[in-house]
Amino acid sequence: MTEPVVAVQGLQKYFPVQRGILRRTVATVRAVDGVTLAIAPGETLCLVGESGCGKSTVGRLILRLMQPTGGRILLRGTDVTTLGEAAMRPHRRHAQMVFQDPYASLNPRLTAGMIVGEPLENYDDMAGADRRAKVAALLERVGLRAEAMHKYAFEFSGGQRQRLGIARALALDPGLIVADEAVSALDVSVQAQVLNLLMDLQEERGIAYLFISHDLGVVEHIGHRIAVMYLGQIVELAPKATIFAAPLHPYTEALIAAAPIPDPRARTERIVLEGDIPSAMNPPSGCRFHTRCPIAVARCRTEAPLLRQVAAGHAVACHLRP
Amino acid sequence: MTLRRFGRRNPTIVIGALLLLLVTAAAIAAPLIAGDPLLITPVDRLLPPSEKYWLGTDHLGRDVYARAVFGARISLLVGVAVAAVSVVVGLGIGLAAGYWRQVDAVVMRFMDGMMAIPAILLAIALVSLNRASVFIVVVAISLPEIPRVVRLVRSVVLTVREMPYIEAAVSGGSRGRKIVIRHILPSTVAPLIVQATYIAASAILIEAGLSFLGAGVPPEIPTWGNMIASSRLFVARAPWTIFAPGTLLALVVLAVNLVGDGLRDLLDVRLARRM
Repeated sequence: MTEPVVAVQGLQKYFPVQRGILRRTVATVRAVDGVTLAIAPGETLCLVGESGCGKSTVGRLILRLMQPTGGRILLRGTDVTTLGEAAMRPHRRHAQMVFQDPYASLNPRLTAGMIVGEPLENYDDMAGADRRAKVAALLERVGLRAEAMHKYAFEFSGGQRQRLGIARALALDPGLIVADEAVSALDVSVQAQVLNLLMDLQEERGIAYLFISHDLGVVEHIGHRIAVMYLGQIVELAPKATIFAAPLHPYTEALIAAAPIPDPRARTERIVLEGDIPSAMNPPSGCRFHTRCPIAVARCRTEAPLLRQVAAGHAVACHLRP
Repeated sequence: MTLRRFGRRNPTIVIGALLLLLVTAAAIAAPLIAGDPLLITPVDRLLPPSEKYWLGTDHLGRDVYARAVFGARISLLVGVAVAAVSVVVGLGIGLAAGYWRQVDAVVMRFMDGMMAIPAILLAIALVSLNRASVFIVVVAISLPEIPRVVRLVRSVVLTVREMPYIEAAVSGGSRGRKIVIRHILPSTVAPLIVQATYIAASAILIEAGLSFLGAGVPPEIPTWGNMIASSRLFVARAPWTIFAPGTLLALVVLAVNLVGDGLRDLLDVRLARRM
C-alpha cells in the first residue's frame, strides 16, 4: 500500500472553558475525541456530520492551525504533532486548505495576484515576472482570466472567489487539500462547477481531499470514502457505495434518510432523531449516540462501542450492528 | 466625485479642514503677516484693538495679533507631534500585543499603569527635572495617550486575527511578522486616523493648560496658553488680550474635532459599503 498523505491516530482536541478573573478551567469541551483516519494519495475522504460534531476541528488540526490535545498527525509519514511553528513551515506546503466562507477567507485589501502569489513568495522565493506567470497559469487553471490578478478580492462573485481560494491552495502543489464546507456557501449551480473543478484537479494532479461537509448530495458526488462523525468521534467509515446502500450505524441511517431527494414523488421512510445533539462539554456515557438512538439497549448506556472493522474497508462503532 | 458634491455630503470635514488650513497657513507665514511677537513697547500697553494693533496690546505693550499668530505654531506643532508620536509608538506596541499573546499580558498591565498618570502631573514632573522645552511637553502629553492607542490597535488586531484569511496566510506559510504587516496593519489605519485627530485636539488643549500653569514650553515663546495666563489679571481692563487666544484655541480644537468626526463617518460608511 502506498504511504498515506496524511494519517491521524487517536486525535483529540479539548477546549478548556474558563470562567472568572482567575480564568479557572470549569469544564472541557471535547470537540474531537479519538479520531483515527488515513487518506491515500488521490483519494477523497469525506467527513460528514451535523454542525458542532468536530469535523472542521479535525481539518484544522491536520493543518496544524490548532494544536491537538492528544494523538498523532503524520503528514507524508512525518510526525508533525508537536513541531513548533518554524519546524512546521516546510511541511505546511504539502497540505493546504480551501475555506467555507469565500468572503472572509480572502483579504479584501489585497489583489487576487497578491493572494494567490503569497504562498509562492513564502516557499519558492518567486518574485516579479516568474511569479506573475505562475499566478496567471493558476488563475487560468481554475477558470479565471489571467488579468483578474489585478482585481481586488471584493470585485469577484462568490463562485469566482472560491476559485481564487482554490488557486491559492493549488499554488504550492500540495498532496492534500482540506476543503472545509468548500461549496456550502455557493449557489447550487455554482456548487456543481466548483465540485467538478476540484475533481478535475484531483485527476490531473493526484491531490487527496479531506472534504468536510454536511451535505450528503455533495458528498455522494465527490467522495470515495465517507467518515461519519458524531460528537467528536467517527461512528462509521466506509466506501461511498457501501455507506449509501447499506449503512450500519443508526446515526448514518438517520442522516441518509434525512437527505432531500430531488424527486417530488419519491417517498422514503424518515427516521426522525429525537432531541438535540448533546453537549460536547458533558457527552453521554457509554455510546455517545444512545440518547437519540432508536435501537439503544441497556449496554449502550454504560459501555462505549469501539470502531471495529466489519468488512473490508468498512468500520462501525455500534454494539448492535451488524 | 466633485469637490462640491464631497463638500455637500461631508460639510463637517470641509468646514474643519478649511479652518485648519487657514490657521496652518497663518502659522507658517507668521513672520510675513505679523510683526515681532516679543517686541515690548511699554508706552502702548493694554491698548484696545486699533489700526496699528489689530487685536490690541497686552500689559507689556506686545502686539496680541502677532503673539496669537506665532502662538498657533506651538499649538499646531504640539498637536501634530503628539498625535504622530503616540500613534507610531502605540501602533507598534498594539500590533505586537494583539498578535503575540505572550507579549500581551505583560504589556497591557504596563499600559494600564501608564493610563493612570495624568498628563499635567507628568509634565510638571518632567519640566521640573529638565529644562522646559517643546520636546518635553510633547513627550509628557504623548506618554499618557499611548495606552489609548495601544488599546484601540489591539482590539482591531484581536478581531482581525480570527478572520479565515489569516488562517489561510498561516497555512500558506507566511510568518508572523508578514501576517501582521500585510494582513492586519491595513485594518488599523482607518480607526487610527480618526483617533489621531482626537489626540491632536486634546494635545492642543493640554498644551494650553500646561502653558497656563507655567509648566509648558519656555515662557519666552508665545503660546495661547501663556497668553491667557498672563492676561487673566487684566481681563476686566483689557478683555481683548484674552479674547484672541481663547477664541483661536476653541476654534482650532473645534476644527480638529469636526475633521475627526467627519472622517469617522466617512471611513465607517466606506467600510460598510465594501463589506
